[in-house]
Amino acid sequence: MGTGQEARRVVTDEAAGHISRVEELSYELKIGDVMTRDVQTLTPDMEMIDALQLLRRHRISGAPVVADGEMIGIISIEDLLRAVDRGGLHAPVRDFMTTQLVTIHWYEPVVKALELFGRASVGRLPVVDENGKMLGMLTKGNITNGTLRALQKDYQEEEVRRYRASHLFQDIISDRTSLILRYRIEPRDFTHGGQASNHIKRALLRLGANAQLARRCGIAIYEAEMNLIIHTTDGGVIWVEIESDHIMMATMDDGPGIPDVALARRPGWSTATAEVREMGFGAGMGLKNIERCVDEMNLESKVGDGTRLDMKIILPPEEMFGDTTPVAANSKG
Amino acid sequence: MTLQDVIDQLHLKVLTQPADFSKVVPTGGYTSDLLSCVMAGAKKGTVWITLQAHLNIVAVASLLEMSAVIITEDAQADPATIAKANEEGITLLATDKPTFEVVGRLWEMGLR
Repeated sequence: MGTGQEARRVVTDEAAGHISRVEELSYELKIGDVMTRDVQTLTPDMEMIDALQLLRRHRISGAPVVADGEMIGIISIEDLLRAVDRGGLHAPVRDFMTTQLVTIHWYEPVVKALELFGRASVGRLPVVDENGKMLGMLTKGNITNGTLRALQKDYQEEEVRRYRASHLFQDIISDRTSLILRYRIEPRDFTHGGQASNHIKRALLRLGANAQLARRCGIAIYEAEMNLIIHTTDGGVIWVEIESDHIMMATMDDGPGIPDVALARRPGWSTATAEVREMGFGAGMGLKNIERCVDEMNLESKVGDGTRLDMKIILPPEEMFGDTTPVAANSKG
Repeated sequence: MTLQDVIDQLHLKVLTQPADFSKVVPTGGYTSDLLSCVMAGAKKGTVWITLQAHLNIVAVASLLEMSAVIITEDAQADPATIAKANEEGITLLATDKPTFEVVGRLWEMGLR
């Protein structure tokens, strides 16, 4: 049994990032949200054998004892075992009930009950209002069920969001609908390298793209993004335009520009510095990788002016956004 | 073979948050220290063996949805790399053994 001295955990910003949704829910959910309201009660004059039958009939492991509307005790399986042991099955409930009651307020968070279950070593807690009037009962099973229900609701909400996004192209009527995403990339910002590509990949999944398509776009954009970080003078812009039947992706920068575009496209050729190569970049494979992932690629560059890389992915009919065939409508990434 | 088996048999140090690695089944392995090669060659769910330990390995692993990254030769991942990996749900493992030996052991264990 705990001492009741456990300090409430201090949550630092760093630690907060690691808190699971279940832990979060234990603070968000109130006892009143998860407790059993329809409580089976016993009277002090009932025989223990009747109490046993009531618990068995309702498949519960304990029940409060109520007299004149007041809760005066609680009977649990343990009390019944004690009665069996002492041959007291025909004794009144009042002789065996536990009268030292640990209760909890309905407005407390679930985490409080979890602490109390651990500390007081009880299997159930009567839930009371501000005036001590009993409102319901709480068991660990209630908490598990309540948490699962809340998680299920979270999940459904996420599904609904995804559903809505994936129907963007169907729901909005125009002659030509497109969604444009723009990202600003800073030079030498290795810390955020890959962030834009990850965001683009997630956006595509949310729109209902299949995993393979999202991966192709992710890889192509990653290489283009790293090129902006590694080679540009002042960074550049990633621009992605998603239409129902194709995706256009482009990166633009204003320098320094590539002197020999054909040479730059040759696998294994790179101008990356030793420091950058040490990090595993500069293999001279980036453009090759992009070519492999997209249907069309065009690289234009002029020294002093900058570079523009265009990439296009054409979506086959079954993968089109907003398509009404079951394949696209059901693709959940 | 699960990721837990790999961790146990190769005595790998888990750098990121512990998880139930006995539920993670690597689909294969890939090794290279050049990120573009990894981008081109590594498949979803693979274990990547590299001596790169800087932040950008997390972006690559996350984009390719890898099972784990094994950092070899005692290369030191800095706290930012580990924090980012935790954020992205990427498992980082470490060993002082050279890449060649790690790959050999994984191959012996049946990872292809």
